[in-house]
Amino acid sequence: MSSVISFEGVTKAFPGPKRAPELVAVDDVSLAVQAGSIVGVIGYSGAGKSTLVRLINGLEKPSSGSVNVLGVDVGTASPSVLRALRGRIGMIFQQFNLFNARTVRGNVGYPLKVAGWKRADIDRRVDELLDFVGIGDKASQHPRKLSGGQKQRVGIARAIATEPEILLADEATSALDPQTTAEVLALLRRINRQLGVTIVVITHQISIVHELCDQVIVMDGGRVVDSGETYRVFAHPEAALTERFVAAVTQGLPEGETLTALLSGGGVLLSVDVNEVTTEDIAAVLDAHGLRGTVVYGGVTDVLGRQLGTLTYRIRAEQDAVRRAAAELSQRTKATIFTGADAHAAVGP
Amino acid sequence: MIRDATSWDSLTPVLLQSIQETVFMVAVTLVIAGAAGLIVGAVLYATRPGNLFANPVVFQTLNIVINLVRPIPFIIFLTAVGPLTKAVVGTTLGTTAAIVPMVVMATVVIARVVEQNLVAVDPGIVEAASAIGARRLGILFGVVIPEALAPLILGYTFMFIAVVDMSAMAGYIGGGGLGNFAIIYGYQQFDQGATWITVAIIVVIVQVGQFIGNRLAQRILRH
Repeated sequence: MSSVISFEGVTKAFPGPKRAPELVAVDDVSLAVQAGSIVGVIGYSGAGKSTLVRLINGLEKPSSGSVNVLGVDVGTASPSVLRALRGRIGMIFQQFNLFNARTVRGNVGYPLKVAGWKRADIDRRVDELLDFVGIGDKASQHPRKLSGGQKQRVGIARAIATEPEILLADEATSALDPQTTAEVLALLRRINRQLGVTIVVITHQISIVHELCDQVIVMDGGRVVDSGETYRVFAHPEAALTERFVAAVTQGLPEGETLTALLSGGGVLLSVDVNEVTTEDIAAVLDAHGLRGTVVYGGVTDVLGRQLGTLTYRIRAEQDAVRRAAAELSQRTKATIFTGADAHAAVGP
Repeated sequence: MIRDATSWDSLTPVLLQSIQETVFMVAVTLVIAGAAGLIVGAVLYATRPGNLFANPVVFQTLNIVINLVRPIPFIIFLTAVGPLTKAVVGTTLGTTAAIVPMVVMATVVIARVVEQNLVAVDPGIVEAASAIGARRLGILFGVVIPEALAPLILGYTFMFIAVVDMSAMAGYIGGGGLGNFAIIYGYQQFDQGATWITVAIIVVIVQVGQFIGNRLAQRILRH
């Protein structure tokens, strides 16, 4: 696979107000996005995600380093080369940014008009696009009258009108309810699978990365702190921020009062990372040792169809039997035992 | 009442003539200043820092000129631009001469009104058009101005009324029109009737303008 987007040592600094120091939004970032993938850029607000994505289509120019997109050096491209490149990159936005003065048809047809299409061809293509995104009956409506989900569908239809090779989604679902978010994510997945469009998704919601993205880039303070295949990044976090994102959905190990309360319930507590192993694998190991456990703490999330998380089981059995099971599990993942007597006995991974 | 010398029989044609002159002055001013003000206002908007054609020199120059001209009371401005008027139309008297200062002042005010309405357009919409690969002029005239159309129409309606007001003052220095009529026959000849007739006609003109402007803006906003 070839990379359609590559950053090398890219820094973007904005001049500060008056004599304040300049603001470094993107700090020495190098990355490559493979054709046909869906890449998530995740981080808290102010991490530089929005600037990063705007460097891709030249809405921002790098202060230093080089940005290469579809073979074009974005930093040095002439205005006409840049405009042509933008015809090959679609973009959707959190607030949709539709043209209120135009109908749905006018919005979706705008990029085609810019690209110099004939009126009849535009009409035909717009009908096709509106059907694809599922709002074929809304062509003559004005955007103000549509729901959030419908607005984003118009935004998506507009963004893919010129059959771009890349689609940039800037917090595209952050203004939508969960149901609509799921629908929009499904639509983005369809655009990726059916049309082969490479998608870069910016988000602060880890669930969106888990559901949609093959690759993830974790940003913090303008820097890329973690990146790679989504499951690997979250299963083996290299940055504290990545761990925080994972812990937010999976809870991790019981601590403090929670642990004390759990221990007072008796039995042995066994915490197992559901990481490269499934809950079924864990059940099988416990079974083989003649043990039965009940999940009393933890959480498992779904990352592109694979389980990731940490579960704590209460097992009412001999401590030694649990230790033997833990030792077997720890050959494949991390297992930790908590007993009433010695509060914390870890079995290494 | 000293009504013998100028009876309504002889006054009516003068009044009609005055209405015609006012409508002429207002119409010509609105067309020329409307176009010029739209362009200057669009340039002000576009050259602002961070905008499509960001250019601090052009922006600040226009900004300062407008800020200098706008606060001058129009009745003083009329005489102050006398030399310019003379250079353009050859005289400082009459309806045509009155149009010159009216156009200059109206252009300045309309430019500000246009700029303010364009600045209010969501920058995200401009960014979307940029991301699509549209040319900057295309974005300015094809996206930004249409987005601001309803408030622009209301702004122009406001300016229509301001220009009617200006035309009345132009009458005071010999510009003709309803202002001139009210001063000569109403004020100088102590004829309250003539004054009130003038007021009534101006109110009607303004109401018609306001009504049309409101209707147009509403139709666009209802989308």
